[in-house]
Amino acid sequence: MISTLGFGTIAVALALSVYGAVAAVVGVRTRRPELVQSASLAAYVNFGLLAIANLAMVYALVVHDFSVSYVAQVGSRSTPLFITIISLWSALEGSILFWGLVLAAYTAAAVYVHRNHPGPLVPYATAAMLSVGAFFYMLLVGPANPFEAVWPVPPDGPGPNPLLQNHILMAVHPPLLYLGYVGMTVPFAFAIGALLSGELDATWIRMTRRWTVTAWIFLSLAIVAGMWWSYEVLGWAGYWAWDPVENASFMPWLTATAFLHSVMVQERREMLRVWNLSLIVSTFLLTILGTFLTRSGIVQSVHAFTQGTIGYYFIAFIAVGLVFSLILLTGRGAELRSPGNLDSALSRETVFFFNNLILTAFTFTVLLGTLYPIVAEALRGVKVSVGAPFYNKMTLPLCMALLFLLGVGPALPWRRAEPDVLRRKLVIPGVAFLAVAGASLALGLRQPYTILTFGFAAFVLCVTLGEFAAGARARMRAHGESALVALGRLINANRRRYGGYIAHLGVVSMAVGIAASSTFQSTRDVTLRPGQSVRAGRYDVRFDQLWAQNEPHRFVVGADLTVLIEGREVGRLAPRLNFYGDRDEPITTPAVRTRPDEDLYINLMAFERDGSSATFQIIIEPMVVWIWIGGGIIGLGGLVAVLPGRRRREVAVAADTYPVAAGKGGDV
Amino acid sequence: MNTTSSGGRRIGFVVGLVVILSGFAYLLYGGIGENLVYFVTPTELLEKGESAYDAPVRLGGQVAPGTVRWDAEALDLRFAITDGQKTIEVHSTGAPPQMFRDGIGVIVEGRLTREGIFESTNLMVKHSNEYRPPAEGHPPSEMYRSLIREGES
Repeated sequence: MISTLGFGTIAVALALSVYGAVAAVVGVRTRRPELVQSASLAAYVNFGLLAIANLAMVYALVVHDFSVSYVAQVGSRSTPLFITIISLWSALEGSILFWGLVLAAYTAAAVYVHRNHPGPLVPYATAAMLSVGAFFYMLLVGPANPFEAVWPVPPDGPGPNPLLQNHILMAVHPPLLYLGYVGMTVPFAFAIGALLSGELDATWIRMTRRWTVTAWIFLSLAIVAGMWWSYEVLGWAGYWAWDPVENASFMPWLTATAFLHSVMVQERREMLRVWNLSLIVSTFLLTILGTFLTRSGIVQSVHAFTQGTIGYYFIAFIAVGLVFSLILLTGRGAELRSPGNLDSALSRETVFFFNNLILTAFTFTVLLGTLYPIVAEALRGVKVSVGAPFYNKMTLPLCMALLFLLGVGPALPWRRAEPDVLRRKLVIPGVAFLAVAGASLALGLRQPYTILTFGFAAFVLCVTLGEFAAGARARMRAHGESALVALGRLINANRRRYGGYIAHLGVVSMAVGIAASSTFQSTRDVTLRPGQSVRAGRYDVRFDQLWAQNEPHRFVVGADLTVLIEGREVGRLAPRLNFYGDRDEPITTPAVRTRPDEDLYINLMAFERDGSSATFQIIIEPMVVWIWIGGGIIGLGGLVAVLPGRRRREVAVAADTYPVAAGKGGDV
Repeated sequence: MNTTSSGGRRIGFVVGLVVILSGFAYLLYGGIGENLVYFVTPTELLEKGESAYDAPVRLGGQVAPGTVRWDAEALDLRFAITDGQKTIEVHSTGAPPQMFRDGIGVIVEGRLTREGIFESTNLMVKHSNEYRPPAEGHPPSEMYRSLIREGES
């Protein structure tokens, strides 16, 4: 019953997508607005259909309808309700289904918001979005059908992957990731629309700015949530391993970040047209590549990949997207020549140029490291892995250069900087850099990258806060406002710029957190008997007792620990091992005491069956929390940049630029 | 600005870009060659002969039953890894991964010494995503029942 409903809605959505894509293009070419209208309608209806299909799947999961193949695969009667609901995205088929919903929502929203924009750009973009939709719905009726009917109906299922059940962040990370990944389809579709319609100026960029920033916020938060999950669940007190799955989410973030910066050059100076189109096409293709890497099994082994068919669909889609985009780009070659020119090497344009160069090099490095093992296995039949040393060696210098630019960029004006002004602006930040780097050296720090990171952090902090202070001071003088009001109005008056600066502060926070935690991490393994304690850093950790308990969906073995500083009890920690569904491989659940200066992170590694002793891994890691805080600040900065400012709206309507304004302003 | 200087600048710009990019590509190529870690089974490692020694590899296989010697006080772990045909002795310090035991799939990172012992720097248990029922009569909730505190289920 649910199988039929779910499959039926997806099949109709597939048919409507194909129809809508064709209708939009034919409608534009033959000037028949009613055809274009019907394509928009298809986009709206598809959203409804995908919502129904997803609700049907959630319903099937909740009522444990094991006649639906996906429920039989990930469901279990003993799994708590909340985890049952989020197991919608715990495996391949369900996550593609959810992806389809997110894509349908973005498509419908983008079509609606831009429905009154004149000209062929929007219909072409609609066709592009519906074509991408058609691909995913095709997966759902073919190789990744979650609604297959199972017979005979099994009485119970194995439950979702234990790693995904073990932490609340797994409810957060995948939706954020999909909202980020899929959101990049909108600017991509408008780029294709710009190429097809010949509207090659910055219109498509202005229209999609909010979409791009929104998707970028989600992607940023998803990456940080993934790092946090890895830290809290995997028990290694790390947050980034250059794992292909992590790289898959990081690569589109790099190109999207490059895009957010380089589009400003096109908007201001009409330069970098081809570059911007290429960047957003790359970003989109990298999101698809990321899904391919994480979902086809190719990362584990080429053989796992060839057993399934879904990988071939993705490869074909990436190839078609790449060839199609390249043909369009080369076909428009002459028209794409930039009317703008670089005035001076000492300008913000130059900084953006280097920012893009570095981010692109970064992307290539990660791409090479991620794909090399796959290619090596396919061609030479050897299994190799590219170690973290490769990534660190290649990307740390790039990170340093980016941090440096983060400081220089905001200090430089567009077009041409007066060397005198620049020197005055950079004196204090330069002194701050030297002071912090010098102090680090004096305190015995010898790792060059850590010293540079701390120094540049001070540098960027000074420049960025200086920009806020200078702007606010000017307002205070001009309007007689108080400091806080002036700061608020300053940000509100130019949300995009100051939102960006806030995001920069988040990056600094993350950089410092990563540098400090990776440089000063200390680990110690120890076996204790109940009542015994051990010294670790400034803590005394006492092992009180070992215990076990039955929970509805798991069996837990845990250890009670008391943490003391100078003999005074400051807290209790209980690292655990969770056994799901009587699998005998436990999922480790470290206990973490988080403070602004450092984390105390304890794993239960092994224990005697009678509770007479247990082995712990005690890790002390400074300043980890600033990575998560930095992630939050980056998201906040993006939010500031994307929310419509009250004062700016009238201007925006007049220029028909911003999506929200374009939608509302069309009737004016 | 006249056109010749603009054109000259463009060429200079392109040349500079090509130089930077090819330099970076060279670095990438060298960097990746030095940092590859090969994944091998015990049989494959022993077949390598002389080149097997002192080269960093990832060795994958199962923990040979009955070979695990774990000194909890000294945090010293010895076991043998096997692929069914060949077996190599492994030495590692530090706590083993959770519930490390006979027969489990493991990957050890490290190098083979001249003495024929694999010195491990990193020991990972292969987590399988597929459901495997526990060995007959040994679900964890039975094995560790005695740890359940009084007054709780």
